[in-house]
Amino acid sequence: MQNSNNLPTQVSPLKQFLKRWGSTIGIALGVIGITIWQYNLNSQITEAVVASSIRQATPLVLGALCGLLGERSGVINIGIEGQMLLGAFVGFLANVWTGNLLFAVFAAVAAGALMGLLLAYMSVTLKMDQIIGGTVINILALGLTGYFYQVGLTTQGKLQPIALGALADIPLIGPAFFNNPPITYATFILVFVVHYVLFYTKWGLRTRAVGEHPRAADTLGVNVFKVRYVNVILGGAIAGLAGAFLTLEAVGSFERAMTNGRGFVALAVMIFGKYTPLGAWGAALLFGFANAMQTQLQFADIQVPHQFIGMLPYILTIVVLSGFVGRTRVPAADGVPYDKE
Amino acid sequence: MTENLALEIRHVTKRFPGVLANDDVSFNLRKGEIHALLGENGAGKSTLMNVVYGLYAPDEGEFLINGKPVEIKGPHDAINYGIGMVHQHFMLVPVFSVIENMILGSEVTKGTSLDIKRARREILEISEAYGLEVDPDAIVEDIPVGVQQRVEILKALYRKAKILVLDEPTAVLTPQEADDLFRVMRNLTEKGVSIIFITHKLKEILNVADRVTVMRRGKVVGHTTPAETDQQGLATMMVGRSVLLEVEKAPAEPAEIVLQISDLTIKDERGVSAVKDISFEVRAGEILGIAGVQGNGQTQLAEAITGLRGVDTGTVTLLGEVAPFEKPRYLVEHGMGHVPEDRHKHGLVLPYSLADNMVLCTYYQKPFAGKMLMRNEQAIQENADGLMERFDVRAPSAAVAASTLSGGNQQKVIVGREFSRGIEVLVANQPTRGLDVGSIEYIHKEIVKMRDEGVGVVVISAELDEILSLADRIAVMFRGEIVTIIDAKDATREKLGLWMAGSNPDEK
Amino acid sequence: MDDQAKKEMDQSPSSWLGDIRRVIAVPLTAVLLALLIGAILLAVSGANPIKAYSALIDGSFGDMKAFGRTLAKATPLIFSGLAVAFAFKAGLFNIGAQGQLLFGALVAAVVGFMVHGLPAFLHATLALLAGGAAGALYAAIPGALKAYTGAHEVITTIMLNYVAINITDYFADGPLKDTGIVARTPEILDTARIPSIGEIPVGFFLAVLAAVAIWWLLWHTTLGFEIRTVGLSPHAAKYAGMKVAYTVILTMVISGFLAGVGGAIETQGIVYRYQPGFNTGLGFDGITIALLGKTHPFGIIPAALLIGAMKAGASTMQFDAGVAKEITDVIQALMLFFVTADMIVRKLIRARDDGGEKITLSGWGQQ
Repeated sequence: MQNSNNLPTQVSPLKQFLKRWGSTIGIALGVIGITIWQYNLNSQITEAVVASSIRQATPLVLGALCGLLGERSGVINIGIEGQMLLGAFVGFLANVWTGNLLFAVFAAVAAGALMGLLLAYMSVTLKMDQIIGGTVINILALGLTGYFYQVGLTTQGKLQPIALGALADIPLIGPAFFNNPPITYATFILVFVVHYVLFYTKWGLRTRAVGEHPRAADTLGVNVFKVRYVNVILGGAIAGLAGAFLTLEAVGSFERAMTNGRGFVALAVMIFGKYTPLGAWGAALLFGFANAMQTQLQFADIQVPHQFIGMLPYILTIVVLSGFVGRTRVPAADGVPYDKE
Repeated sequence: MTENLALEIRHVTKRFPGVLANDDVSFNLRKGEIHALLGENGAGKSTLMNVVYGLYAPDEGEFLINGKPVEIKGPHDAINYGIGMVHQHFMLVPVFSVIENMILGSEVTKGTSLDIKRARREILEISEAYGLEVDPDAIVEDIPVGVQQRVEILKALYRKAKILVLDEPTAVLTPQEADDLFRVMRNLTEKGVSIIFITHKLKEILNVADRVTVMRRGKVVGHTTPAETDQQGLATMMVGRSVLLEVEKAPAEPAEIVLQISDLTIKDERGVSAVKDISFEVRAGEILGIAGVQGNGQTQLAEAITGLRGVDTGTVTLLGEVAPFEKPRYLVEHGMGHVPEDRHKHGLVLPYSLADNMVLCTYYQKPFAGKMLMRNEQAIQENADGLMERFDVRAPSAAVAASTLSGGNQQKVIVGREFSRGIEVLVANQPTRGLDVGSIEYIHKEIVKMRDEGVGVVVISAELDEILSLADRIAVMFRGEIVTIIDAKDATREKLGLWMAGSNPDEK
Repeated sequence: MDDQAKKEMDQSPSSWLGDIRRVIAVPLTAVLLALLIGAILLAVSGANPIKAYSALIDGSFGDMKAFGRTLAKATPLIFSGLAVAFAFKAGLFNIGAQGQLLFGALVAAVVGFMVHGLPAFLHATLALLAGGAAGALYAAIPGALKAYTGAHEVITTIMLNYVAINITDYFADGPLKDTGIVARTPEILDTARIPSIGEIPVGFFLAVLAAVAIWWLLWHTTLGFEIRTVGLSPHAAKYAGMKVAYTVILTMVISGFLAGVGGAIETQGIVYRYQPGFNTGLGFDGITIALLGKTHPFGIIPAALLIGAMKAGASTMQFDAGVAKEITDVIQALMLFFVTADMIVRKLIRARDDGGEKITLSGWGQQ
C-alpha cells in the first residue's frame, strides 16, 4: 500500500532517555556519592546505615512487587497494608504454636495469598470498585488481627542472618548485601525473578497486555480473568512474605497495626519505581535510606522531635506522588474492571 | 454443496438486556468470496460477527465450517478454526511493538523466554508473502493508522486464518487507501481466504463485494449482488424506506465573518505538533466542512476552538473579539455552540436527567438559577419539556437518565441544547457518528436550518459523504495542516481523497 | 411513542413506599449478613454470640445513659461520614477525614483553653468553627495536590493521616502539654463546652443539621450541581464551563471542614481536651458509614447510629461477655464488603438493579 511513512520529527533518542531516567540517575548518583563520602568519615556508622537501609527497604520492595503484579495486570491494590498485616500476624501465630520458623513463613505467605484471592474475587468477579475493595481488606485485617491477638504471646526465636562466606567481608557493601537473613535474600532474588518473568516470558507478556488493553488480549484467546486472579494472588503471597519479614526476621514479635503504613508507602515506591521491579528496588532503597537517617540523626545528637522524623517517609511519599520527581505512566486499563460485553 | 461453504451460520439469536441484537439470523460464506454485510448503525452486524468469533455466546443457533458443525466457546476456538477478525476499533496494545502484538496469545518460546527473533523472522515472511509491509519492531502507537490495520490483518494471517472478518475497515482510511485495501482483499481471496466485510458504505459494496447480505434491526432482510442493485436500492433495503442520500439545501448566502482562526499551533504531550499553523475563517450563513481521516489533528483543533484545550500559538476570534483559550464559558456566553465529537465524554452527563443535561451549560444563568445559588427546578423542567418537543427527543419524560436513550436521541438532546441558545457560531464535530439513518437525516436538516438562520457553521467529519452533502466550502486536514480550502462545487471525491492522503491532485 | 419509551414507562416506580423499600433493601441485607457472619466468628472463637450481641444492645440502647453514649459516639461519625460522602460526590476518596478530624479536635481544644473572657455561646462557636477551619485547611492540601499535580488523593490523604497523628502527638506531648505525665492538652474552659440536654448531646443535633445542610447544598444549589457533575464526568464538567480544579479543592475544603467540626465536637462535647488516641480508625469508619448510607446525607444518619451503637456497646460487650471489642471492626469490614459487593446481596434478595449511582472512582492515572 502506498503510504507516506514520514513521521513528524521525533525528539532525539538521547533526549528521550534523559527525560525518563534523568532524575532517577541523578538521585542514585547523589546517594551513592553521599554514602562513599560518609564511609570515609566513619566506616562503622555508614555500614550500619546501609545495612539499616536494606532492612527498612525489604518490606517496601516486597509490598511494591505485590502492588506491581496487580497493577500491571490492571488491578489496583491498596490493600497491601492489610495483606502484610495479616501475613505478619499469621506468621507470628504459627511461630508461637509450632516453633518452626520455616512453617511460619509459609503460613504467612499463605495468609497473604488468601487475602489476594479475596481482593481478586472482589475486583475481578464482583467488579467492585477496587479502592473500596482494598479498603475492605485493610479494615478486615486490622479487625481480625486485633480481635485474635492476645498480649503476652512470645515467639520462639527469629530468623538469623546467613553470611555468604568471603563476600560478606567486602568493606561497606559486604555486611549490607551478603550477610542477611533468608527473607532479605529472597527479596533480592524475587526482584530479578519478577523482572524476568514480566518482561521476558509468555506470562509476563499476557499480564502486561491485560493491564493495557484487556479486550485486545481477550480477542486473542487470553483469559483476562485468570491472568488477573493469578497475579493478584501471587501479589498477596508476596505481601504475606513481607509480613513474615516483619515478625519473623526484623522484629521478632507482633504488635497491633505494626505495619504502620508501610503498605501505603510501598505504593509510592511502586509508582516512583515506574511499575518496574528494579525501579521499585531502587526507590525502596531510597526510602529505606531516608528511614535509616532517622536513627543516625539521633546518634548524632541532633535534637529533632521524634515525631517529625517519624513523618519523613510519609512526606517523602507525598512529594513523590505529586510528581516533583518525574511523571510515571500508568498501565492503561488500571483500575477498570473487565466486562465481556 | 455445503462443502463449498467456508462458513455457515444457522438461526443465530443473541439477546442483550432489553435488546434483541440478532434475531434468527442465517448467513453463509462461500469459499474465496468477498461477502458484504450491510446495515446501519445498530443493525446487529458487529454483534453477529462477535458471536462468530466467540466473544459472545449465542442464545440459539449453530455454525458450520467447511460443512462440519463446530462449537465456538471463545476466541481461542475461533482462531483454531481459522477465523480471524479485524475489529472496527483496533485490538492492538498501543505500547507494545508489532511483534509483541502479533504473538500475544500464540507466543513462540525458547525455553521459558519469548523467542522474539523467530517471531520477527516469521512476521517478515508472511508480510512479504501477502504484500503487507510492516516494521516488526515499531511501537504500535507510533505508526500510522493505515499501517496499524495492516498489522491487524497480518495478525489474522499469522494465525493461519482462512476466514477473515473486517469490521468497517475503511472508517479510518482515505479513499485511495481504501482502494489499496480492496486490492489486498482480492489478493487474499485468490490465495484461498474468504472474507466477510462489514460496512454501511454503499459505494464500497458495489465496488468490491461478490454478494451482499442486508440486516436491519437484528434480522436479515435481504440478499443481493452488486449486479442486481444500486446505491438507492441498497439504501432502501438497509433502512426499509426510501432514503434521501443527500440533504436538500438552498445555496448559501454568507455574510460577515463570525469566526476567525489564525496561525493556530498545538503541540501534544510528546512535543509533536498535532496542529500546525492553521488559519481559516467562517462567515455567517455558510457551512465550512473540514474533511480528513481521523487522527490528523481534527480533535485537537476542535478542542482548541471550543475551549477544551490550550494552544501553543495562534488566536481564535469570535464575533470580532479575540477569545481566551480554555474558557468554554466565555464561548457559551458569547454565542458559540458546540456539538462535541464524543457525546458520552463531553456532551452529556449520562446519569443525569435529560432536564439537567439540557441546562448543562446554562445552569447558573437566570431563569435556571436564582439568588443564593439556588436552582429553579420549575424553569429547568419547562425548558426541557419545550426542547424535547421541538427537537423530537423520544423519551418518556425529561426526568429519565440520559443513559437510557438511544444514540440518536442523545444527540438530539445535545443538538437541542446547543441550537436553542441563540448562537451565532456552531462547531459540530462528527455530528452523526454512530447514529441511525433517521437521526442522521434529522440532524443534517437542523444544521442546514441553523445555516439558513445566519449561523456560521463548522462541520468536522471523517465521513466524506457528510461533508459533500452539507458543506458550502470544504477544507481538508492532513497531518495537522489545512492543505486546501475550496468551494463545494469544485470538489470531487477523488480530489478530496488525494488531499486527505497528503497528495496534491493539481500536480498531475 | 416507540418501544423503548414504552419500556421505560413500565419500569417507573408506583409509590414512594416502594422506593424506600428498594433503597434500603441492599444496605439492610448487608448489615444483617455481616452480623450473621460476625456471630459465626464469635462462635468459632469460643464466645457466645447471643450473649455478646445482647450485651452490645444493652450497652447501646439499654437505658437513657447508654442511648446518650450511642448518640455521642454517632455524632463525630455523622460528620466523618458526611465528609467522606461529600467528597465522593465529586469523585474524590477522602480517607483523610481522620487526620482532618484530629486537627479539628486539637485546634478546638486550643481555642477552648487558651481563649479567655468570652461568653459561653461565643466561645463554643468560635472553638467549633476554628476546628472546622483547621480540618478544611488540612484537606485543602490533598485537594490542591490532586487538582494541580494529579496526585491521587487516596494515598496522599492516608499519608497525611499519619502526618497528622505525628504532629498532633507532638503538640499534645510538647508545647501544649498539660501538667502531669499524660500527653494531653489542658482541659477547656466551661464556656467552650458543648452541653447535653439530659443525656442527649447537643452535638448530635448539630450533626443532623449539618446533614440537612449538605443535602440542600448538593441537590438544590448550583454549587452542588457543579460538584456532582465534576464527580460524574470531569470532561463534561469542563465542557460545561465549570472550573474543575477549583471545584475539587472547594469540595475537599468543605469535606475537611465537616471532619474538623466532628473532631471539635468530640473535644468540646465529650473529652473536654485533646488526648491522642481517643479516636483512631475514624477515617475508615467514615467510609463504611458513607457507603452504608449510600452516600446520601439522610442515609448517613442511621448508618452512623448503627456504627455508633456498636462502638458504644463494645465496652459493655467486653465487660459482660468477655469479647474483645475488635470484633466490631471485623463486622464493620464485612458490612462494607457486602454493601459494596452489590451483586452478591442483590442475588440473595432478588432485587433488580435500580440503576442507582454506582461509586466509580478514577484509577491512578489522570483522565
